[in-house]
Amino acid sequence: MQLKFSIHNLSVFHRQQRLLKLHELRIPAKEIMSVIGPAGSGKTTFLRALNRMNDLEPDFRAEGQVLLDREDIYQPGFDVVRLRRKVGMVFALPIALPLSIYENVVYGPRLSGVRYSKRLDELVEKSLKASFLWDEVKDRLKTSGLRLSGGQQQRLCLARTLAMEPDVILLDEPCSGLDPISTAKIEEALTELKDAYTIILVTNNTKQAARISDNTAFFLMGELIEVGPTKQIFTAPREKRTDDYIVGRFG
Amino acid sequence: MRISARLAQRIAVTILGGATLVTLLALVYIVFFVLEKGLEVVSVDFLLSDSRDMGRAGGIFPTLIGTVVLPLLALSIATPLGICTSVFLTEYTLENRITRIVRFGTDCLAGIPSIIFGLFGFIFFVMTLGMGWSILSGGLTLAVMVLPTIIRTSEEAIKAVPRSYRDVSYSLGATRWQTVKKVVLPNALPGILTGIMLGIGRSIGETAAVIFTAGSSLRLPHSLFDSTRTMAVHFYILAREGISTENAYGTAAVLIISVLLVNLAAYWMMNRFIAKRS
Repeated sequence: MQLKFSIHNLSVFHRQQRLLKLHELRIPAKEIMSVIGPAGSGKTTFLRALNRMNDLEPDFRAEGQVLLDREDIYQPGFDVVRLRRKVGMVFALPIALPLSIYENVVYGPRLSGVRYSKRLDELVEKSLKASFLWDEVKDRLKTSGLRLSGGQQQRLCLARTLAMEPDVILLDEPCSGLDPISTAKIEEALTELKDAYTIILVTNNTKQAARISDNTAFFLMGELIEVGPTKQIFTAPREKRTDDYIVGRFG
Repeated sequence: MRISARLAQRIAVTILGGATLVTLLALVYIVFFVLEKGLEVVSVDFLLSDSRDMGRAGGIFPTLIGTVVLPLLALSIATPLGICTSVFLTEYTLENRITRIVRFGTDCLAGIPSIIFGLFGFIFFVMTLGMGWSILSGGLTLAVMVLPTIIRTSEEAIKAVPRSYRDVSYSLGATRWQTVKKVVLPNALPGILTGIMLGIGRSIGETAAVIFTAGSSLRLPHSLFDSTRTMAVHFYILAREGISTENAYGTAAVLIISVLLVNLAAYWMMNRFIAKRS
C-alpha cells in the first residue's frame, strides 16, 4: 500500500486556541478516505491544513509535520502554489466563478501556463466527462457558469479541480446543499476517480461515508478519535464515542 | 396614542416618497433653469470658436479643451495610483494599525476643501517645482484631490468581491497577483468605475483649485506647460466679474450636458461589461 499523506503531531492554532491536534494519521494513495464528526470537530480545519488554505486566514498557525509523498509541506520555503496544484479542493458551497463554463474549467491550467488551445479543449472535455457534467453542458461551454443549477455548479467545481490534474482531491462537504440526484452523480464520479486520485472527503452524512469510502476517520473536538477501514468503523468501532456518533446518539 | 400598523405604513411611504420627490424636483429644476437660460446662446459656433473680448463675445472652444484636458490628465494619474493603492491595502496587507492609519488619512483628505489642495498645488507645483500656471500643475493638483475618493471607493468595491472567489482561485494554485488580476479586479470594476466617475465629476466642476494652479488663460493651450481655463472657471469668471450673464449660462448648460454624457457613456460601458461576463 502506497502512502500519499503521512501526518505527525499536527496542531493548528487560531491565535492561542488549538483547533486541531492530530498525533498520527496515514492516508493511503488512490483510495477514498472520509472524515466524519460533528460540527466544530476540526474536519474542515484538518482538510485545509493539507493544502495550506489555512495560511490565508489571519492568525492561523500550524505546527508539526505533514508529509506529502515524503516531503514536508510545512518546511520553510515550500512552494505553496505547487502544493495547491497537486492537492485540489472542492468547497462546501458550489462556487462557479463569474466566467464561462469553459473558462471556469481552464482557470487552473491557464494559471500554470497552458496556452495551447487544443490541449485546453482536451482538458475541458476530459474533466467535464469525469465529473458527469459533459452531456449537460457540451453545447453551451461559452455560457456563464453562474447559470447552472447548484448541483451542476458543484460538478463544475469538481471538473475545475480535475483540470489541474492533481494527485489529491480534497472535498469539504461537497454535497451538503445538493439534491439526491446531484449527490448520486458526485458520488458516482468520486468512485470512478479513485483509480487515479487520492480522495479525502469531509462529510456530515455518515451514510455517504459508508457508501463510497475505503477508510474513515472520526474527529471529535479537534482530535482524531479513530481511523480504520470504513467497514470496521461502521460495524465494529473500537471507541464507544465513534459508535455513539454513527448511530446518532450525538452530533 | 397607538397608530395601527397600516397607518404607520402609509405615513412611512408618504415621508419616503415625499423626500424622493423633493430631491428629484430640486435637481430637475436646477437643470432646467440652467438649460433654459443657457441653451439659447449654445450653437455649433459657440462651441467651436475662440472667445473674444474676455468671453463677452465669441465661443468657448478654449475652455472646452481645458475641461477635457485637465480632468483627463488628473484621472490618468490618479486612477492607476488609486487602484494600485487600494489593491495593496486590501489584498496584500492584513488589517492592522498601519492600514487603519492610511485609511483614516485618506478619509480626512477626501473631506478637505478643494481650496486647500489649490493652495498646496500653487506652493508646491507652481512655485517650488517651477511648473508655473499650467495644465501640468493643475492636472497634478486635481489628481491629488481626487485620489482619496478613488482609493476609498475602489477599496469598498474590492472588499465587496466575495471571499469565496478568492478561496477558489488560491485553491487552484493562483498566486496573489493572479487572483487580483483574474478574479478581484474584474469583479470590482463596476465599483471602481463609480469612484472614477466621482473623480471626473469633482475635477470637471472644480474652480478654486484650478484657478490657483492652472490659471485662467483664455488662449488655446499648445503644451502641458501652458495655462488653461476650464468651463467651470470660465463660468465663474464671467458671472463673478459681470462680463456676460448669457455666455455664463451658455457655458453652464454645456457643462451640465457634458457631465451627463460622460456619465451615460460610463454606465453604458459598465452594462456592456457586466452583460458580457454573466
